[in-house]
Amino acid sequence: MGETYSYYPGCTSHSTAIEYIEASLAVIEALGIELKELPDWCCCGAASAHNLSGALALGLSAFNVAEAQKAGADLVIPCAGCYGNLAQADYTLRQDENERQRLEKELDFTYDKKVKMLSLVDLLARKELRPAVKELVKKPLTGLKVVCYYGCAIVRPGAVTGVDDTENPQRIDSLMADLGAEVIDWSCKVDCCGGDLGLTDAEKTTELVNKIVDYAVAAEADCLVTSCALCQANVDIRQQRLPILYFSELMAEAFQIGKRQSWWKKHFNNPANLF
Amino acid sequence: MSENLLDKVMAESGQPLNLCYQCRKCSVGCPMVDEFDFPPNMVMRMVQLGMKDELLKSKAIWMCVSCETCGSRCPNEIRIAPVMDSLRAQCLAEGVTPADPVTVALHTSFVDSIKTFGRVHEATMLMKYKLKSKKYTSDLDVGLKLFLKGKIPIMPKKSKNVAKVKEIFKNAGI
Repeated sequence: MGETYSYYPGCTSHSTAIEYIEASLAVIEALGIELKELPDWCCCGAASAHNLSGALALGLSAFNVAEAQKAGADLVIPCAGCYGNLAQADYTLRQDENERQRLEKELDFTYDKKVKMLSLVDLLARKELRPAVKELVKKPLTGLKVVCYYGCAIVRPGAVTGVDDTENPQRIDSLMADLGAEVIDWSCKVDCCGGDLGLTDAEKTTELVNKIVDYAVAAEADCLVTSCALCQANVDIRQQRLPILYFSELMAEAFQIGKRQSWWKKHFNNPANLF
Repeated sequence: MSENLLDKVMAESGQPLNLCYQCRKCSVGCPMVDEFDFPPNMVMRMVQLGMKDELLKSKAIWMCVSCETCGSRCPNEIRIAPVMDSLRAQCLAEGVTPADPVTVALHTSFVDSIKTFGRVHEATMLMKYKLKSKKYTSDLDVGLKLFLKGKIPIMPKKSKNVAKVKEIFKNAGI
């Protein structure tokens, strides 16, 4: 493809989402896309900073937007939570004149609107890439029944993410169909799994996770497919009925690339028997 | 009663709260509403009425997970997540005892980690959270499994620009 992007790994890239990052980087390399990690990136504030201080959350995320602008290429952000925060900061810089001036002063830069914030779904599930993806499929996922779970951060709010249909997004579904999987329509695509309270309220998050998995099982899915590291961890850890896979892991499986078995072992519900 | 609450929350959140006409769509779709002492539509009305003390002491402001479901469905395009952020910040700034101190313990442990390393170091963050929340035994099995799967690294990875991160904290008054 010959495309080059900046890359924001996020803190989970070396912890809870190792397999997501390894799978995603393998797929991106196979597609001939080049990523350059932002050298000075800091944590975006995740699901915590905004609970304590709006200025802190915005400052941390805007710092990374400013770094991306310095690097001069659109920024790819695999973690859904990081993407949501950076996209929100970029939206604020674009829309709010007072906040823009305050942040420009704080971070010593001039915002030029030129660099876009991209989720991994924006990068890998876009229309223009579909022929290249189909060409790389070596072993179609024939017979694998999947439900696609988008969660919150890459979808809402639509004004920030640019997603047209926030109740029934389609991009991961189309991608899975291109890989040969049987995509099942279901009701919980954009329901929240309660991941933000995963560490503080296990009982409530288990209740939300169980509802989502009930619907997936009723739809006769073999696995649930997501692009969010917090959703994957939360839904995988809190139940023992269904494997939870990252969409890029399934791309790697269809492409037959990467250390797939080692990624599967990092799941709580090992998906090995699906393949 | 606080006459300025509505103005303050509207300014901080950037949301047109005065447009809320109580259709209750927010509360119908809220995944956390069973945990709220006041459902989201009532929170909107209480802000309009200036019921500051009740709101700052409420559980609702700490149980909101900012999933933005309400905001994306509101016929008046009011996002409630930033409204909750404004109320939480006021709760802490005014020294009101939060209704859910465990959640506050997690968030403060998390941002402390960012302040130290510029990035989050899960192992030390989790230890600090356990000490602050006194929830010593919850999810120990999950933590151990994550560690054995190599998902809780022992060594922290620092940002190269911790000095700037500390400055952002200082400017935010944290």
